[in-house]
Amino acid sequence: MIDRIAQLPGLGRPQLPPLPMIRRQQIPEELGRATLLGVALLYLLVLVALPLVIVFVQAFAGGVRSYLAALLDPYALAAMRLTLLTAAIVVPMNLTFGIAAAWAIAKFEFRGKNMLITLIDVPFAVSPVISGLIYVLMFGAQGWLGPWLNEHNIRIIFAVPGIVLATTFVTFPFVARELIPLMQTQGNEEEETALSLGAGGWQTFWLVTLPKIRWGLLYGVLLCNARAMGEFGAVSVVSGHIRGQTNTLPLHIEIMHSDYNYVGAFATASILAMLALVTLVAKALLERRQPELRARAARQAV
Amino acid sequence: MRSAATLSRRTLTRLLGATLTACTLPGWGESKSAARTSILNVSYDATRELYEAVNPQFAARWLAQSGVQVAILQSHGGSGVQARAIIAGLAADVATLGSAYDVIQLAQQARLIPANWATRLPDNSAPYTSTVVFLVRRGNPKNIRDWDDLVRPGVQVITPNPKSSSGARVNYLAAWAWAQRRPGGSEATAKRYMQQLYQHVPVLDSGARGSTDTFAERGIGDVLIAWESEALLARKKLGLDRVEIVAPSLSMLAEPPVTVVDQNVDRHGTRAVAQAYLEFLYTPVCQQIIAQNFFRPRDPAVQQQFQALFPAVKLVTIDQAFGGWERAQHVHFEDGGVFDQIYGQ
Repeated sequence: MIDRIAQLPGLGRPQLPPLPMIRRQQIPEELGRATLLGVALLYLLVLVALPLVIVFVQAFAGGVRSYLAALLDPYALAAMRLTLLTAAIVVPMNLTFGIAAAWAIAKFEFRGKNMLITLIDVPFAVSPVISGLIYVLMFGAQGWLGPWLNEHNIRIIFAVPGIVLATTFVTFPFVARELIPLMQTQGNEEEETALSLGAGGWQTFWLVTLPKIRWGLLYGVLLCNARAMGEFGAVSVVSGHIRGQTNTLPLHIEIMHSDYNYVGAFATASILAMLALVTLVAKALLERRQPELRARAARQAV
Repeated sequence: MRSAATLSRRTLTRLLGATLTACTLPGWGESKSAARTSILNVSYDATRELYEAVNPQFAARWLAQSGVQVAILQSHGGSGVQARAIIAGLAADVATLGSAYDVIQLAQQARLIPANWATRLPDNSAPYTSTVVFLVRRGNPKNIRDWDDLVRPGVQVITPNPKSSSGARVNYLAAWAWAQRRPGGSEATAKRYMQQLYQHVPVLDSGARGSTDTFAERGIGDVLIAWESEALLARKKLGLDRVEIVAPSLSMLAEPPVTVVDQNVDRHGTRAVAQAYLEFLYTPVCQQIIAQNFFRPRDPAVQQQFQALFPAVKLVTIDQAFGGWERAQHVHFEDGGVFDQIYGQ
């Protein structure tokens, strides 16, 4: 608990005596702070809040009835189902992988550890379109595994497995990235104690490690889920855009928009926006529950 | 601490439960009965409305004819992108693309169709055509009548990038054909004209719908060079009173071709239904639907019926003016080709 408090920002720093030079410039500093705050707020308002409002305004531009009609359109429903299915497969997979990777990295010393950390970051570093193309090059008819897959009638890209794979690739750092620093700072002592008291490996994990990391884990899962539902670039490359079959919500929005169906596009976009808002609210609730998370969020914000 | 742990476990369980329920919602997956089949029509952006109208008609006819219920799945995107997707394994039973060049790729790069694909159906395997026209703002304030008006000072022209959009290639070739065929025209004057023309283009979107958006939604430019089908559709969707269509003195006959994708239909066992689907496009009933969706029909009687919608324009074909798509592609649009020369300068 003590080192948690030490991590909270603002507890260490204000105790330092302010430099006299800064004190003399207090009024300009306050002015500067207000200006900065104003600029930041305006920036957020114009770039984030306003577009979000416009999404909902446009979605209801044709009235509630056409809004509902756009959402109950069979293609829109199919896109929602596919997006939910994809998230339901991808999130548990990345949850498992993320815990395993974070566990290995935080609790053990082994050769190639830095390599593994770098690899986990690869999906953040490459453009999603490239991620999609990787799968086309691997599983496409002209790709490495294409002829074999074709012979055995297995379809990966331009079908649901390809969409799941591409989404998994793009979202797999979220859980691991969230857990690695958390588990590293928590250290091994409690696990070692449990083991020395005779607990098994699984028992130690379920009863000692999991309770320690649960909030960070949930936070990572939320981020992973948000991205999995919103991913456009990688999925667009491997989808094949078959209406009612391989279109996810973001792809459906694009189709509606290029179809001059603006109400449909924005209605579908409002669903995605609401999913994002739910995620944000869940995240805020989590942070309120857990001072450590709030501290981490604050540190990241700085 | 204990209550928090219980809560978190319960939250996790609930989240998982919710997602699982969502996946098992009714309607997920296909119901499989004996007399059902499906074919995938991989098409390009501009035909979305057309095939939405055609598919139920064909399905009804096929059910009556063979007793089999056929679901026609649609995939739309940029024509070149769609061709590449089919080559990469998108399991199209039929391909209905924007230009012959894209269909040729299916034969050349992946041998999915035989080289003589264009002769397997009437009219170069193109059951409908279109042409290149100008979309101008209401009242035609810049008085744009023909190609030479596009390069007058102060006129801004919107057209997509011919490197990425096969529709835009037809726009480009139409302009070139006009410039070469005007009195005193030659290859050199055509090249000079094209250079001037693209200097008047402030935004080069990657696709036709993007250009239409730029012109109509964002209000940029005085004239949009577009396929007649796109121009008529945009006029309908965006309001009749906001834009006008102007036909130039000479334009290009665009022939979007259709073909069965042999390798795929043989694998799926769908050759008969796919073939019938394409042949249906040539029937008078379907030619009507085609005209109603703003593509020029091939059937003379239907042409007659819709002549008010499709005014007579002097048209040349790509074969006449450029010796075929492959040659046109090679000379004009490959890296370092004529387009790169005029646009780079």
